[in-house]
Parts: sequence; C-alpha cells; structure tokens
Amino acid sequence: MKIPWVLWVPAGLALALVVLPVVGLLVRSDLRRLPSLIVTDSSLAALRLSIETAAMSTVGCIVLGVPLAVVLARSRVPGIRLLRAIVLLPLVLPPVVGGLALLYLLGRKGFLGYLLDVTLGVTVPFTTAAVVIAQIFVAMPFLVVSLEGALRSAGDSYEQVGATLGARPWTVFRRVTVPMLLPALGSGAVLSFARALGEFGATITFAGSLEGVTRTLPLEVYTQAESDIDSAVAVALLLVVLALLVIIVARPRALEGGTG
Amino acid sequence: MTLRVEIELTRGSFELAVDFEVPAGTVLAILGPNGSGKSSLLGSLSGLLRPRRAKILLGDRDLNALQPYDRSIGLLSQDPLLFPHLSVVDNVGFSPRSKGAGRRESRNIARRWLAEVDAAEFADRKPAQLSGGQAQRVAVARALAGEPDLLLLDEPMAALDVDAAPAIRGLLRRVLSSNKERATVLVTHDPLDALALADHVLVLTEGRAIERGPTREVLAAPRTAFTARIAGLNLIAGTAVDDGLRTEEGRRIAGMLAADTALGEPAVAVFAPSSVAVYPAGDGHPGSPRNIIAASVTALEPHGPVIRLRTDAGLAADLTPAAVADLRLEPGSAVRLDIKATTVTVYPASLTA
Repeated sequence: MKIPWVLWVPAGLALALVVLPVVGLLVRSDLRRLPSLIVTDSSLAALRLSIETAAMSTVGCIVLGVPLAVVLARSRVPGIRLLRAIVLLPLVLPPVVGGLALLYLLGRKGFLGYLLDVTLGVTVPFTTAAVVIAQIFVAMPFLVVSLEGALRSAGDSYEQVGATLGARPWTVFRRVTVPMLLPALGSGAVLSFARALGEFGATITFAGSLEGVTRTLPLEVYTQAESDIDSAVAVALLLVVLALLVIIVARPRALEGGTG
Repeated sequence: MTLRVEIELTRGSFELAVDFEVPAGTVLAILGPNGSGKSSLLGSLSGLLRPRRAKILLGDRDLNALQPYDRSIGLLSQDPLLFPHLSVVDNVGFSPRSKGAGRRESRNIARRWLAEVDAAEFADRKPAQLSGGQAQRVAVARALAGEPDLLLLDEPMAALDVDAAPAIRGLLRRVLSSNKERATVLVTHDPLDALALADHVLVLTEGRAIERGPTREVLAAPRTAFTARIAGLNLIAGTAVDDGLRTEEGRRIAGMLAADTALGEPAVAVFAPSSVAVYPAGDGHPGSPRNIIAASVTALEPHGPVIRLRTDAGLAADLTPAAVADLRLEPGSAVRLDIKATTVTVYPASLTA
C-alpha cells in the first residue's frame, strides 16, 4: 500500500511522543553518577522485588487466566457474555480504585479479610502477597483477552476432531487446545508481565510502600522523587532498561499480534 | 458392525427426520444439495450435535447415549484439519494414543497406516509442509488409525484440486473395500463420489429421504424428478479399455479414462443427459461424435426448463421443448443418440455393485 503523505505528520508526532520523554529522562540524568545512584540498597531491593512479584503474578495470571479464557470462549452457559464484560473491568478501572476495592475485600475490615484474619490469622494487605494480588488483578485481563481472541478465531474444529479420534476433554485440552494456544499464551504472558512490572496505583493503595516488602520499582521512583530527584531519574532509567529488555525478549512474535 | 439410525432433529426452522441402515462392510452415500440436512445428520452420528430424538445403533451399542470420544468413530471432512503442532506421524498416532496406547506403540501403528495410504515418507514432516492432497492422505490414515467401527466421510474430495481428487477417491476405494466389518457413511453432493465409493445411496432434501437404493440403480434410473436433476446420469457398465469402455455385448463406448481407472477392470462409462445429441433414426447426418446408439423413445419427462427423453437403450437425453417439437418426438419414435467421446468419463466400477 502507498501511504498517504498526510499520515506522516501525525505518525511522526506520535513517535516523538513516545521517544522524546525517554530522551528527556536520559538528558536529565547525570550519567557519571548513574552507577552509584542505581546501586543502592533500596533501589536494588526494589529491583529484586519488582522482578520477583511480576514473575509470580505472571505465573498466577497463566494458572488462573488460561482456564478462564477457555471457559469464556467455549462455554455455552447463559450469562457468559456478561461475565466476559466483567472480566474486562480491571482494564478500564483506574488502578487506585482497584486497590481500594481489594482493600475493602481483603483488608481487616473487608468481609473476606476479616474471615481470613479470624480463622487463619492471615493478614493480606501491606504484604508481598498483596503486591502480587494487586498485579494479577490489573494484569490478568491482558492475558485473558488475548487468549480468548485466539481461541475464538481458531474455532473449535480441531478440538472436535480430537474428540472424534477418541480423546477425552482433558486430553483434548492438554494435547490440542494448549499447544495451539502457545503463541497467544506467549504474547499474553509478556503483556501481563509488563503490566505487572509497571503497576503502581493498586499496589500503593492495597500494599503500601514498605522497603523490601512492597516497594517495587515504580513505587521506589515515586518515593525518591519526593527527596532526591537524581536518584528518582536513575531508578526510572532502570525501569526503562527493564522494559526494553522485555520488548527485546518478546519480539518479534509476541507483541506483534501473537499469531506467529 | 451394522449401523441402524433413526434421527429427528430441529435447528431453528429446519427439521431433519430420517432413518436408514448401513450393513457392516458397506458404504452408504447421503446425496443432497447444500442445506438438505447432510451436515446435521453427520453431526448427529459423530455426536457433535444432539438430536431431539435419536436411535443410533452401532452393533448393539446406542451411540446417541455416548460422548463423541466413546463412539469409536473416524471422521474425515473436506478440510484435513491435521493438528498443526504435531508431526504427521503423531497426528496419525493421536487416536491410538488417546485410546491408551503408549507413545512408541502409537507411532508404530501410525507408521503402518501411513504406509497403507502411501504417505510413509511424510512421517516426520509438519502438516504445513504438505500439499492439500498429501494432507488429506494423512487425514485418511489418522481417521483409520483408531480402528473405528463407523467411518464418517464428509465431502472428503470437495476441497481438493482436480489432480488430487481422483487419487484420494482411489485411496478411499481401496481402504473401504479392504474392511468387511466397518460401516461407512459418505456425505456428498457429487454423484460421482457416490458412484465410486458407495454401495447404496440415500437422497436427502429438506431433511427428508426422498429416494434410496443401490447406487447404480438410483443414479441411472432416478424415481423422483429431484434425484434426476441432482444425480441423474447415464451409466453404461463394462470393462475399461484404452480408448473407453467395452460392454458385455461387445459394444465400444469411446470416452476419457478417469485417473484411477485400470485397464481390463470393471468400469462404468458416465455422461450427463445434456451431452447426448438426438437425431431422427433415418438421418444420415455425419458428425464427429464417435458413439452412435440406435434407440427408441420410451418417455418424455419435463425437468424444469428441459425435457428429458428416456429411451429403451437405458440412456436419457436432455432436449429443449423446441427441439422435441421440431423432431416430432413421442414415445415409440426411433432415434439415433450421439455422444461426444470427450463428454464420457470411464470410472472404475463401484466396490460391490
């Protein structure tokens, strides 16, 4: 296709909007002091926590999201369309609202939180577990949406053939559905990981900002920005590098449509 | 195992009500146009659709009470639907493996079936590396590798190009005739598929069976106008020779041999009533047609815009009403039937007929 020339101007502006802020960050940073600013106990702790929690929540998204996507795409239960819309809620909800909602469910005064506290003595908010829960809450829709789309466009004819060949539903799921879903699963997992890595609003509301426990990299940037802007910029650059790594690892298949 | 079927099914405003029997070792072709209920019928047999009321007895098992995976069926559709993530050998081994065989045993079974369909050399390829005809060959092996008691063929040649279709048709003829236990149901809109593969034909339209019987009889002498329109063909039985066919009486019919026709084997010359030209018996009209048959008219039947002429030679010809009037044709008229050799195709005779 020949691209109409009028598209070049807004396209260039869009690219500038993505690239220039990162350049601004680079220009603002003091490159000579960068290593010493990054290699501090608090930022290293935040880096470790971020990677650990994002990895855990990605696993959580896969374990819970794959079955959910299959149910949403294949089930003929009445009301499934409403459910499909509800699953998208975290995608449109401001994360802070999500964090508040989680707090009033699992907090000591929330009904499930009260139950957990009284019966098991477990308190969820302001723990690393809370960080993971908040990340799963905001990230899972990305995985579910991409998997459900892949399942729908693939149709169920391969699964039907599997059934006529004598495979029971679990065998069909294991040997047909999941292998054919792998490309979409890869892209969905990368998207979820990236979303979990950048999660801020729900985390700070539901899990707070305790160094080494709940203070992930985005929270570290926010905290540093209040006292030492140079450190904040340095940690922000660390996040940029991490994000670029995710893109490089995931490319070319995962982020470009996810069918390859 | 013999298949006995009674099905009533409603989908929206469409109703299907049909019953039939397929004796063990035989093939029944369900012939019908799009929307006649063929797919609903097949879906009910495979278990992917749930009929309102059905009795589907395979031997003494009621399939209708079973899930698709417990029915012991094989399904071959027009799309091979090979699992893209599995190698050819694992595709074919899928059914034995799902039914409890180990990996090594399943692969051995798969290799045996691949050899059976002349596809052994594709064993280690991925489905994406096969042509349409090769993939369908593998799909035949996959459907058979589970040793199904009932084989369902859903327009298996419809998506193949003209070069690949005769080869698959020939392959199906071979594998179908080598098993005397299995019942096979072939769904098709092409009377030639029925002719090549089926012992019996059931003609389906708007969810009802309007005609049934031995393939050759139904196709050559349809009792309903509808069957005549979709499936009415001229058939002449004999032996395949290099320029066509020789009948038992020694008459030669010039024609083109289909790709899977073997010389000296029983064969059928097939041509449409529309490719038969009719001349008055005394007319010395010279022409290129190599097949000239003397006959006398037995009946004239209107078929939509044309008139179908039936003759005592067992052949039919389609004419316009104007031509019938010009030639003053009526039952008893002596005529000469000319059939151009290029419109005649000589197919192998069907399995048992």
